[in-house]
Amino acid sequence: MSTAPFGRRELTITGVQRLGAYTVLRADDADGPRGGWAPIPGQFAMLAAVERWGGGEGERPYLARAFSYARHTGGEAHFLLEDVGPGTRRLCELQAGERLWALGPLGRGFRVGGRDLDERRAILVGGGVGIAPLAILQDGLDGASSPHGEGEATVLLGFRDHARAEGAALMRGARVATDDGSVGHHGFVTELLAQELDRDAHATIYACGPAPMLEGVRALCERHGVPAQLALEAGMACGFGACFGCVVPRRGGGHLRVCVDGPVIDATELDHIDAHAGAPA
Amino acid sequence: MSVQFCGLELAHPIINGSGTFDAIAASRSFGEQLRERFPFAAYVSKTITLAPREGNPPPRLWEAPAGLVNSIGLPNKGLDGYLSEDLPALVGLGIGADGPAAIPLITNVMGASAQEIATLLRACDQRPEIAAVELNVSCPNVRTGLDIGADPHTLEAVVREVRGCTRKPLIVKLTPNTADVGACARGAEQGGADAVSLINTLRASALTPRTHDGGRTAATPWLGGGSGGLSGPAIRAVALAQVASVAARVSIPVIGMGGVQSAAHAQDLLDVGATLIAVGTESFRDPAAGTRIAAGLHM
Repeated sequence: MSTAPFGRRELTITGVQRLGAYTVLRADDADGPRGGWAPIPGQFAMLAAVERWGGGEGERPYLARAFSYARHTGGEAHFLLEDVGPGTRRLCELQAGERLWALGPLGRGFRVGGRDLDERRAILVGGGVGIAPLAILQDGLDGASSPHGEGEATVLLGFRDHARAEGAALMRGARVATDDGSVGHHGFVTELLAQELDRDAHATIYACGPAPMLEGVRALCERHGVPAQLALEAGMACGFGACFGCVVPRRGGGHLRVCVDGPVIDATELDHIDAHAGAPA
Repeated sequence: MSVQFCGLELAHPIINGSGTFDAIAASRSFGEQLRERFPFAAYVSKTITLAPREGNPPPRLWEAPAGLVNSIGLPNKGLDGYLSEDLPALVGLGIGADGPAAIPLITNVMGASAQEIATLLRACDQRPEIAAVELNVSCPNVRTGLDIGADPHTLEAVVREVRGCTRKPLIVKLTPNTADVGACARGAEQGGADAVSLINTLRASALTPRTHDGGRTAATPWLGGGSGGLSGPAIRAVALAQVASVAARVSIPVIGMGGVQSAAHAQDLLDVGATLIAVGTESFRDPAAGTRIAAGLHM
C-alpha cells in the first residue's frame, strides 16, 4: 500500500476533458516522491474544490468526495467524474487553473502478481464511472512485466446509455454493454463476463462499478471458483479510517471499513454486496 | 502556548473529539508522518464499552447542510480488546508512551449502569498509559431508558458513585440533548468530575431520498441505526452558547467543541471560558486540521 502525505494538499487543475456524460479532471501532482504521490491502481483520493465548496443544492457539499485515480502519469493525477449531486457538480465545473483539495493516495489497491494468480488471464470488469481504477490497472497489466504473462487483459465495460458508453475511450480494447442497447451488447456487463467464464474460467477478475454489478460479479465468480478483487464504493466522510462510516458487512460477521480495509476487497471476504451504502454525491 | 489541564501539561490547547480520529488506522494511511506530525496535544480514544460492539448496520452517514449526521453505533473491541491490542499499538505511535515527547492518552468509556462504568474506570486506573478518562454519558440508562447525562440529578449520582474508581482525572462528556446543559455540568462537578467536555452531537435524523419522480414509498429512515447525531459547522453556534453557559456555571475546566474549523472558531470557545478545544468533523476533511488550528491561535 502506498501511503499519502499527512494532510490535504492543494493541486492546480491542468485540464478538463468531457467524455460523453463524464468529465476527466487532470491536476498537477508532481510534488512528492515517485514523481508525485503516485497511487497503486485501486487507491483513491478525497477531493474538494478550494473555492465555493458548499452553498449548492441543499447547502451542500460539505465533505470531500472519494475518487479512484484513473491515471497518474507525468506528474498529473487523472480522475473520472460524473455529475450526480452537488459535490460532483461543483467538481465538474472546475476549469484549468482552478484549485482542488486532495488527500491521497488512500486505501488498499488491487493486488497483482500473487503467485496464485500466475498463469490466470486477467479480466477487468467495469461499470459506469467505476471504470476509473481499471484504466490505471490496465496500464500496469499490459506493461512488459505483466504478472499474467503474454497477452492483454480482457476488458468488459457496462454503461447505462450511449453518452456514458463514451467513457470506454478511457481504456483500450474494451467490449461494451449498454442497458439500452445503444452501444455493443444490449444488457448487463455481467452477461459478457458469464460468456467469458463459460468459455475459459482460468481467469482472475478485477472489478469496479455499482453495487448490483459487483454483486453480480461476486456471485458469478463464486459459482465458477474464480478469484476476484472488487473495488467498492461507500459513503465516506474521511477516507482514512477515522469516521467508521463506510463499512460493509464482512463474511462471517463484523464489518470492513471500505477506506482502509479496501476499497479493493477480495470477493471471498463478502457474502453479499448491498446497494444502499452509496456515497454522498 | 502550553496549557495546564487537570495536572497534565499539553503543548497546545487542541485535542480531538472522541470518535473522530483513529490514530491506528491513520498510521496505515499516512505511515511515519502521522507520528512526526501528530495534530493533537492529547489523543482521545473512541468510546470503549465493557463488551465488544459491532456498531450499527450501514448506511451510517448522511451529509447535512454544512454538517454530517452519523449513526456509527460505537463499534469497539470492548475493554479487554482495547487494553490488550489498542494500548500497545497506540504506545507504538507515541501515544500514552513514557517520555516528554509522548502524547497523553485520554480514554473515553461508556457504560449503561454505574456498575459497568465502575468496572471500566477501575481497569483504566491500572494502566499507566492512560493519562485521563472521559466518561460518555450519552448512553441510555439500562433501568430508565433515559440518557444518564440528560438529567442533572441522575448524572450527579452516577458520577459520585463511580468517582472513587480511578485516581486519574475524570472528564464528563456532556450531552447537548437536554433542557439545561449548565445544570448537568453543575451536577457532574458536584459528583466529583475534574472537567467537562461539550458538545456531543445533536440528535438528528434523515429520510431515505425521494426517487427521481418525486415519490417515496414511505418515510423510512436513511440511517441503519434509525437516528444519529449532527456535527460540523451546522452546530457551531449551538456549541458556543452551550460552552458559554457551562463555563459560567462550573469552576472545573471545560473542553469546548462543535463545528470548529479554524483558529478563530477555537478562539471563540476559549474566549467564553473553555480551557481546551476539541476538533472533530473538520479532521474528516483534513486530518492535519488540528495542526493548522493550533498554529493559528495567539495565546
